[in-house]
Amino acid sequence: MLQRIWKAHNLMDLACKDLPCSLNIMEVCGTHTVSIFRNGIRPTLPANLRLLSGPGCPVCVTDQGYIENVLTLAGRDDIIIATYGDMIRVPSKNGSLEKRADNQNVKIVLSSMEALDIAKQNPSKTVVFVAVGFETTTPATAIAVRYAAAENIKNFCILSAHKTVVPAMEALLSSEKAKIDAFICPGHVSVIIGSDAYNPIVTKYKKPCVVAGFEPMQIIEGIAQICSQVAAHAPKVESMYHAVVTPQGNVKAKAIIDEMFEPADGVWRGIGVIKNSALVLRDKFSEFDAAKRFGLSDGHPEDMPGCHCGEVLCGLIDPPQCKLFATTCNPDNPIGPCMVSSEGACSAWFKYGRRKKRENKQ
Amino acid sequence: MGGNDKILLAHGGGGRLTQQLIDEYIVPAFSNASLNDLGDAASLDLSSNKICFTTDSYVVKPLFFAGADIGKLAVCGTVNDLAVSGAKPFAISMGLIIEEGLELAAFKTIIESAATAARAAGVFIAAGDTKVVEHGSADKLFINTSGIGTRIPGLDVGFSRIAQGDVILINGSIGDHGMAILAGREGLRFESNIQSDCAPLNGIIQTLYEDDCLRPAIKFMRDATRGGVAAVLNEIARSADVSIEIEETKLPINPAVLAAAEMLGFDLLNVANEGKFIAIVQKEFAQKALEIMRSHPLGKDAAIIGQVGPQGDETIVELATAIGGRRIIQMPYGRELPRIC
Repeated sequence: MLQRIWKAHNLMDLACKDLPCSLNIMEVCGTHTVSIFRNGIRPTLPANLRLLSGPGCPVCVTDQGYIENVLTLAGRDDIIIATYGDMIRVPSKNGSLEKRADNQNVKIVLSSMEALDIAKQNPSKTVVFVAVGFETTTPATAIAVRYAAAENIKNFCILSAHKTVVPAMEALLSSEKAKIDAFICPGHVSVIIGSDAYNPIVTKYKKPCVVAGFEPMQIIEGIAQICSQVAAHAPKVESMYHAVVTPQGNVKAKAIIDEMFEPADGVWRGIGVIKNSALVLRDKFSEFDAAKRFGLSDGHPEDMPGCHCGEVLCGLIDPPQCKLFATTCNPDNPIGPCMVSSEGACSAWFKYGRRKKRENKQ
Repeated sequence: MGGNDKILLAHGGGGRLTQQLIDEYIVPAFSNASLNDLGDAASLDLSSNKICFTTDSYVVKPLFFAGADIGKLAVCGTVNDLAVSGAKPFAISMGLIIEEGLELAAFKTIIESAATAARAAGVFIAAGDTKVVEHGSADKLFINTSGIGTRIPGLDVGFSRIAQGDVILINGSIGDHGMAILAGREGLRFESNIQSDCAPLNGIIQTLYEDDCLRPAIKFMRDATRGGVAAVLNEIARSADVSIEIEETKLPINPAVLAAAEMLGFDLLNVANEGKFIAIVQKEFAQKALEIMRSHPLGKDAAIIGQVGPQGDETIVELATAIGGRRIIQMPYGRELPRIC
């Protein structure tokens, strides 16, 4: 392993030593952010190589309007909210699912099928599954809806906040707010969508796209690969996650997403509306769409006051640059979703980053 | 038991059923002179008036998990608190809060398991109490145990003795208990052969302090239960006002436990143990401590995992990672894994 590390660092040093400015690499995926911090990768990189955390944490990019809608539904006696764990702690001006005085009707599930089981066990209530996530979790939601349709389970529906990764990457590049020179592409998402999905980013924006797994060695080698591409002025799509990522991805999973969902414009925290970046149930399955069933509006309320999660998600600032970071906003009392989610950049910086003594003794 | 196979409210009512529960289940399992009297208080003859006294409550869910159950846990947990405090555990008390409807067969298994653990640890259940609450007022069974032990002469453990250069040891793999509990939880559908490490640590600790050279060199001990190794090390750093550095590659880890933790997104440093303790030993005696630990069945995977850094600098715990990087180990938030002990 030491030899591989040495070789990777050599490639990085070679690419970075003559660069006139910093090389900004965005790790899109929250799991990469956490692995980078957990393994202490940042301090080992060349000084002018910057890693930016991207919009790849599904809880983090879910906009405040969606959170408010979930809270509205949670207030009804005839509804059970079934959600993945992290979502219950995302705060809003009206509290969070966790802090509601009566949160007996909020159930944490580990899979969409568990939500469906809750619906079967509670025929007098409607179960709303908080369907959050990228292409990794969407197939599971799709299967639950397909099953509900086939079994005629009418008291089940989903509130979709499913999103697709590539449109967000393109939006970041076209906004030109963040200076991004290359992407470490997400591992799990790429298993589904395939590495070919990043071809447009290379063709249109000339940015290296390297898919990496989550082992520290794979991330280091992914960064080294990007450095080689930068040094050679030859941006391309590469995968360092050969074991599970193919160019075409998981064809079956993509097919079921396509069968149940269609693209729509989606709201992303910090980025705003991105064309065709969300997935909504096709009309054929609209009875399982909680937004339609309960007539929820698509409002865009503002983020929590003082919260800079939006800028963090776009790679514009590092978490410590937010005035709330590690002061009023911490894992015990998160103000923004990036501190709530275990994959959030703020949470990773808080957990693993070195801070001043004063803050450690809080 | 009147043909019932479940605990009824009447089992806690102080009448005939209570008597039956005590006579048929509790006394036979724990039988000893002090308990058998069924008096209001136990009389104990301690060899010294320098004692350690501790209490802990156990609300683990599920009651049974791979490698142990709440009964064994309630005995070992309190025995371990005494042992790491530098005491020889002598006797414990046991208070049972039972939810009506608990199956008597499960109750019997748990009591017998507690009795077996007590025998293994060389302690006896000197006093006890049983209460039954209505369905919904507790979750099956909660146990409180208090323990008393005599201080080991010449064994002086405490934060104030910790100094720069001291070496940090652990007696084996981390996170086994927490991941075994998770694997046993409803809703988490994964199968594994992960076993809780729940065990009484007074035996292995005794082998350390029985060595006359080593005894004065043992500066601090703490069992790494809730919050795991991360919580213990942070508490040490803060209370002793020192920095601590540990090495990722030195941490003993069971591969199956690591795989489960990674799948579920847990950092094993934050995951609970019930049969692991951190020992801080003066540098010159670290190798000897390691050898002694490794010669005990509960320490065969023991390792030196790090050292104590300068005092009064930064009271942080830092991990030197396998790839040559560094990162901070924070005090865990504590919410990730409720009711693990």
